[in-house]
Amino acid sequence: MAVVETRGLTKVFKQGELGAVNDVNLLTQEGEFLVFLGPSGSGKTTLLRMIAGLETPTAGAILIGGQDVTHLSPRERRIAMVFQSYALYPHLSVYNNIAFPLKAQKVPKEQHKQKVEWASGLLGIGKLLHRKPRELSGGERQRVALARAIVREPTVFLLDEPLSNLDAKLRASAREELEEFHNRIKTTTIYVTHDQVEAMALGDRVVVLHQGVVRQIGTPREVYDEPADTFVATFLGSPPMNLLEADGVIVGFRPERFLPAETKSAAPSESRVSLRFHVEHSEYLGAERILYGILEGTRFRDKPVCARVSSNVLEVYAPKSAYNFVVPEPELKFFDAKTGKRIPPRTISWQ
Amino acid sequence: MTPSPAIAGRPHGRRSTPESRAWWLGQAMFFPAMIYVLAVIGLPFALAVIYAFSDIKVGSVGYHFVGLQNFTSILRSATFLRALYDSFIFTIGSQVLVLIGSTFLALALEKKFRGRGVVRFLMLLPWVAPVSIGAIGWKWILDSLYSVINWVLIRIPILHLDKFNPPQWLGEPALAMASVILVHTWRLLPFSTVILLAGLSAIPKDIPEAAEIDGAGFWRKMFQINIPMLLPILNVALLFGIVFTFTDMTVVYILTRGGPYDTTQVVPSLAFFTGVLGGDLSEGAAISLFMVPILVVVAFLMLRQAHRTEVT
Repeated sequence: MAVVETRGLTKVFKQGELGAVNDVNLLTQEGEFLVFLGPSGSGKTTLLRMIAGLETPTAGAILIGGQDVTHLSPRERRIAMVFQSYALYPHLSVYNNIAFPLKAQKVPKEQHKQKVEWASGLLGIGKLLHRKPRELSGGERQRVALARAIVREPTVFLLDEPLSNLDAKLRASAREELEEFHNRIKTTTIYVTHDQVEAMALGDRVVVLHQGVVRQIGTPREVYDEPADTFVATFLGSPPMNLLEADGVIVGFRPERFLPAETKSAAPSESRVSLRFHVEHSEYLGAERILYGILEGTRFRDKPVCARVSSNVLEVYAPKSAYNFVVPEPELKFFDAKTGKRIPPRTISWQ
Repeated sequence: MTPSPAIAGRPHGRRSTPESRAWWLGQAMFFPAMIYVLAVIGLPFALAVIYAFSDIKVGSVGYHFVGLQNFTSILRSATFLRALYDSFIFTIGSQVLVLIGSTFLALALEKKFRGRGVVRFLMLLPWVAPVSIGAIGWKWILDSLYSVINWVLIRIPILHLDKFNPPQWLGEPALAMASVILVHTWRLLPFSTVILLAGLSAIPKDIPEAAEIDGAGFWRKMFQINIPMLLPILNVALLFGIVFTFTDMTVVYILTRGGPYDTTQVVPSLAFFTGVLGGDLSEGAAISLFMVPILVVVAFLMLRQAHRTEVT
């Protein structure tokens, strides 16, 4: 097991253009599950590929277990990677796919069988060993890719969107399995995804990336509840945080904290902001409703906002009608309007 | 060839619907191709079959069916057996060289480097240049008096070549066969390389990358990942190469005319010399028909193999 560190890691694909990854400094903890989260084009895969050694950094250094590996080839880094497409060798059986890293690393032949059986047993694919990848389902392929990755007990595990090719139902169970799997093997893992639910569910910590820059590193709770800037605030959460601008300050609140005034769970009356919410349309999602609309009165008149109302609230919110909603004051997050960075809470005039 | 106006322009009754018009248009567009195939391939093939069972010669009148007589006669002929043997040597020799050469060329040309476009273009030249120009160029290169190869070899001191008796590239049986094979390899290499390049670009990039991360070095990646994944497309290249080589007589005709002493004579050139230049149409046809079953078997085997190694 080992920690991964990047120092000022930068990748510029075309000279003169903006870098795909810019000055990224990271340090994982021993056995940690670290998630790179960002929209497409945010540089998360490039960052992972540099750590794997598939991409040469333009500047900066990569350390694995304290050793500078920046100029080492992928095979010398003792890492394992699971690709988005799984990249199974189509002409080899499952057994030979899993045994391939052992052969390549010149592990004594007597140990192959036992190690392949151990890895395939761990992932429950012991019965598929004689099959070819094309005879497997998506979920089975993913397990074979994982088995191939763990079979030689790597120091670091890299996973590039391994669940994105699975259907929604399978993805949820695969996520759970992956979590359990990590708890069992406790290898430092870096996981790339654009799916915030995956990131929050799996990550010990989440690295939010945007345009090749790290916007925030923190536990899922930190990045969700204490976003470092407006990008993180709006990228995480669905629907995104409501943002209102006034006096050089952006004030934000989550749709699920924007509640009908009469709700019991709303905060005590002394510390809440009342707003008149004109509902324009609503989406029924089963466990909750999303209400889209604009604010009425006050200085934020006509600003679009949305609210997320749990299905426990039975009240009907008809379109084209206005209702009294409140936001508990501690739930307000403040950002600098110019830089978008988080600033300490302050009082603003709502009228 | 122009489409027949009688068919292309025929209105299909009064109830002509868009579907029926499309059907007629399809027929009309297909027609020239069908005529072409029938006239240029079907008819000569049928004629060859008819001739092969007859005693027809240039200038003879009438048709006498003689059964398998032509076939039994060529099977007893030492010249034919020698040509058959040479055909196999020629085909196998050049295909082995083409496969090895084009695999390495394709793997090299797939990598990005400065001037790759120019190199790819140069590599295609032997294929796009008219074969006669290429082969005549080679005839000079391998000439008994003016061979540039000999000129160079003589000037390399450690070889101790006799200045007055240099290798006769086209005049000694073994050297002549080697020369013919090399020139044919030179011609076919681009085609095979292009097919393999297409096959290589169809391999998802992350599979070789995964192999690299799994710890595979250059050779292991090449022989356990890239080449096995290329196998189906290699099969296609090989199948085409065998057919092109087994039925081709251009290089032999231009360089050696089958000589010396018929040691580079291949089946197609023998058929040409016997049937066309020698005027013995029936025996020429029988010789050329002899290639058909061999090629059918080759095609069948290769296609079956290609099917089996198919990758998804």
